[in-house]
Amino acid sequence: MNPRFFPRWAGCAILGFALAGCGTVKPYDYTNYREHPPRSILVLPPLNNSTDVKGSYSYLSTVTYPIAERGYYVFPVAVIDQFLKENGMPTAGEMHQVPLNKVAEIIGADAVMYITLEQYGSKYQVINSATTVRVRAKLVDTKTGILLWQGTGEAQQNSGGSGNIIGDLVVAALTQAINSGTDAAHDTCRLANVGLFCTKDQGLLYGPYSPKYGTDANPK
Amino acid sequence: MSRPSRLVWSLALLPLLAGCAAPTLYTWGHYEDLIYTSYDKPGSVPPELQAEKLEQDYQKARAANKRMCPGFHAQLGYAYFQLGKMDQARQEFETEEADFPESAVLMDRMLAKLKKT
Repeated sequence: MNPRFFPRWAGCAILGFALAGCGTVKPYDYTNYREHPPRSILVLPPLNNSTDVKGSYSYLSTVTYPIAERGYYVFPVAVIDQFLKENGMPTAGEMHQVPLNKVAEIIGADAVMYITLEQYGSKYQVINSATTVRVRAKLVDTKTGILLWQGTGEAQQNSGGSGNIIGDLVVAALTQAINSGTDAAHDTCRLANVGLFCTKDQGLLYGPYSPKYGTDANPK
Repeated sequence: MSRPSRLVWSLALLPLLAGCAAPTLYTWGHYEDLIYTSYDKPGSVPPELQAEKLEQDYQKARAANKRMCPGFHAQLGYAYFQLGKMDQARQEFETEEADFPESAVLMDRMLAKLKKT
């Protein structure tokens, strides 16, 4: 199955569409974000509270796409990981402790994205299995230490059918496309990211490389 | 309740899938896939293979006049650095910096490191 059958950005479109109808969630307060708009974001390897040790890096390798396509410069995650390890920080926990002024001075990032992986993996139920990824993220300005944005994302993919033939066919096609090549939880990360970063009025504002930069709705 | 709603959802998704033509800002090639595999199965994508795959991605994108994603040339430069190919590493770090001036502090640091070795 060609993984490009379901391009990653399509997730954003689908979720945006899905959420357009529910106006019950209060929009995020972007005041700080707008006062200190970052151009570049350093995403550190996530803290891992899940039961799967592989979750952290599996998630890290999905996070550049949604943030960069949102319009930000995202530092090379694997190069940064290596760089920090060589400089005496072997774990994500230690990397998350680096003082912000050092991040600005040594890496030149405008903001740091601190991510915590809360759940990553599959639970087997009676007739199907559910793969869940849940993440929390915080975006902090390196010059002031101010919290610019925070959010949570969760996605679940189920295996096993509902009994509805048309629905199952479409869902199966999506699942197959998304699952091709890698483990289910890895691909579920991409869906969780869509909710986390792309949700209207909750996700990241469009960044300077996006043609939509500055078009986000203004605060009331 | 759950079955009809799932059907409605599925039908709602169809036109969106059919209209998958919106452009992305960047070409991604194997960038994230290589990062994933290198952590998931350590040693399975040595720097030689990374450099080869990323170069192929770059040649393809260049032929189509497309822009590489943030971090791409830094990652490729790092692969060349690991291979001891310092001239190529330098060229890639400089390209990352030219494409994305936001990377200048980090790329200048990498370039300085190349000079020392």
